[in-house]
Amino acid sequence: MELTGADIVIRSLKDEGVEFIFGYPGGAVLHIYDAIYAQDEVKHILVRHEQGATHAADGYARSTGKPGVVLVTSGPGATNAVTGIATAYMDSIPMVVLTGQVNTDLIGNDAFQEVDSVGITRPCVKHNFLVKNVKDLALTIKKAFYIATTGRPGPVVVDIPKDITAHKTEYEYPEKVTMRSYNPTIKGHTSQIKRAMDLIIGAKKPMIYTGGGVVLGNGSEALIEFTRALNYPITNTLMGLGAYPASDKQFLGMLGMHGTYEANMSMHHCDVLIAIGARFDDRVTGNIDKFCPDAKIIHVDIDPSSISKNVKVDVPIVGDVAQVLAEFLGILKESPDRPDEAAIKQWWNQIEEWRSAACLKFDTSGEFIKPQHVLSELYKITEGNAYVTSDVGQHQMWAAQFYGFDKPRQWINSGGLGTMGFGLPAAMGVQLAHPDGTVCCVTGEASIQMCIQELATCKQYDLPLKIILLNNRYMGMVRQWQEFFYEKRYSQSYMETLPDFVKLAESFGHVGMKIEKPGDVENALKEGLGMKDKLVFMNFVTDQAENVYPMIPAGAGLNEMILV
Amino acid sequence: MRHIISILMENESGALSRVAGLFSARGYNIESLAVAPTEDATISRMTLVTRGSDEIIEQITKQLNKCVDVIKLIDLTEGEHIEREMMLIKVKATGELREEIKRLSDIFNARIIDVTETTYTIEWTGEGTKSDAFIEALGSTTILETVRTGVSGISRGEKCLRI
Repeated sequence: MELTGADIVIRSLKDEGVEFIFGYPGGAVLHIYDAIYAQDEVKHILVRHEQGATHAADGYARSTGKPGVVLVTSGPGATNAVTGIATAYMDSIPMVVLTGQVNTDLIGNDAFQEVDSVGITRPCVKHNFLVKNVKDLALTIKKAFYIATTGRPGPVVVDIPKDITAHKTEYEYPEKVTMRSYNPTIKGHTSQIKRAMDLIIGAKKPMIYTGGGVVLGNGSEALIEFTRALNYPITNTLMGLGAYPASDKQFLGMLGMHGTYEANMSMHHCDVLIAIGARFDDRVTGNIDKFCPDAKIIHVDIDPSSISKNVKVDVPIVGDVAQVLAEFLGILKESPDRPDEAAIKQWWNQIEEWRSAACLKFDTSGEFIKPQHVLSELYKITEGNAYVTSDVGQHQMWAAQFYGFDKPRQWINSGGLGTMGFGLPAAMGVQLAHPDGTVCCVTGEASIQMCIQELATCKQYDLPLKIILLNNRYMGMVRQWQEFFYEKRYSQSYMETLPDFVKLAESFGHVGMKIEKPGDVENALKEGLGMKDKLVFMNFVTDQAENVYPMIPAGAGLNEMILV
Repeated sequence: MRHIISILMENESGALSRVAGLFSARGYNIESLAVAPTEDATISRMTLVTRGSDEIIEQITKQLNKCVDVIKLIDLTEGEHIEREMMLIKVKATGELREEIKRLSDIFNARIIDVTETTYTIEWTGEGTKSDAFIEALGSTTILETVRTGVSGISRGEKCLRI
């Protein structure tokens, strides 16, 4: 039977197993919205701004591993989506974004609501397509999902002119697709894996450093088995938190600019660095010339271009992290060689000495609420089981430091692009994917205002998020840098007027709370989290002067941390 | 060092801008770029001349390979290869200069392909690195226009870049 392009779009999504479309209608996508109206299998979530749609789809994808799907109109619909697309691209999140486009005969004419969506999104997508014939539509959508979810994942944009959604053709959704120009390497090189394993077993001061790739590649179980079998220390990047249980004694915490002292010192002094699914980001390495000066570096990654990009690597292994880890384990089981126990014990003694610096301790005696206190309590009360999304800034670092993530896909944040406004819409996607889960959005009073309109979406779909606002009346991370590096000239980092967040939450139909005393934190969190079926907006008025420590200043090495 | 990278890619409208965008976004330089379809109309072959340290060239080839439209590529400068560039130059040719330019063209194996009372148009084909030498040799004459195709190249011997 012949279907219209609009019906083909929706049928393709259904056949792809898509549960939710996050979107916003407009002229160029009206046919598609009419097709949505005619069915109820693929649920459409109406956001209040296209940026919200992309972050919500992104949160859904991060928390499930399934691709997030976005539908927006041409022109401003597409440009509003760009921030969310770039956010997903930087963190390698699988996403398919369908953008409406003006009629094919109008393309290039500066038509109403026309932009070159393919051109604008090109540098921030894994790939993009402009569909020029309805006959190509189903195959293009199939390719988009295939590209978005395989290899190193990423967002794919499919730009669909309005007339294509009206044209008719026979519908058949391809079961499989192969592309001669796209074949990601999955299996690591056997002899490289053997070489790496020799180095790993021979290490005297080993360090395992893993990133978001282990989460994305579902390599957590293999990583835990590998790390425990060796009894080696491990650190996770901001994106990798949860891939190894934070509560485990072998875990040294996050590394990098606001990582722990023990993680960064162990990195600096290690003799073999085992990097898995991480990309040696500048926030992780500090001064590249001072990075891991004595280490042989093994790097496992599915993306060859991540290897030896920033740091020269001794043993590169291109492949799927879970598969390569399984091969590591296989060799370890068969090999008679074992790590040098005495050396490893000595190494651990050194690490425990660094750990005893207790770099994350904070003072609770003051009259103001400490943000760290709120997050430690949140961790205790939720027993470490909540999904935590965050925005960007100080609160993000504190959440990463003080909420111990034991499972992957539990910590949802914009690590690469650092997008303020991410937290609330991302939490919506997480809550939709996990209707029974506790979903907390840890945010700041600056970040939350960037996508605050999504509180209406939360009401429409009864999403009982818990918003943990750490309100210090400053763009905290900007203020911190101005304090340290600009002699306290607080240029534009203070907001003279803030909304009454309690009333604001109430005006959207939610519950608002304001907490000002350190002694009230625990009970307030219990009360707020106890309202299971309501969105509760908890405004914690926190110490304005609090800074994120420890810290590696710009230009310094990992061994040159400022502790307090 | 100068590298000549040969790329087979899908002959799609956005493919060229993807490669050009990659170079500008990552700050790599392009010395020349030539692209046209192959005997298979669905495939284009691009020849790209760039300069950079070994690390940068390694990143360039990896990033190009990552580009979804790129099917296959080789760095021709890693092996024996042949490279050619074509150049069309229109020069002022009057009086004694006419004979002089004719002689110069013969020396460089260039051909005069269009003649007016006051101009010559010269066609020259050769190794990309030599094109500057010919332009330099024409130094005393007035060059009115220079058109270069950019370098294209192929491996020597039986080695092929094909799918």
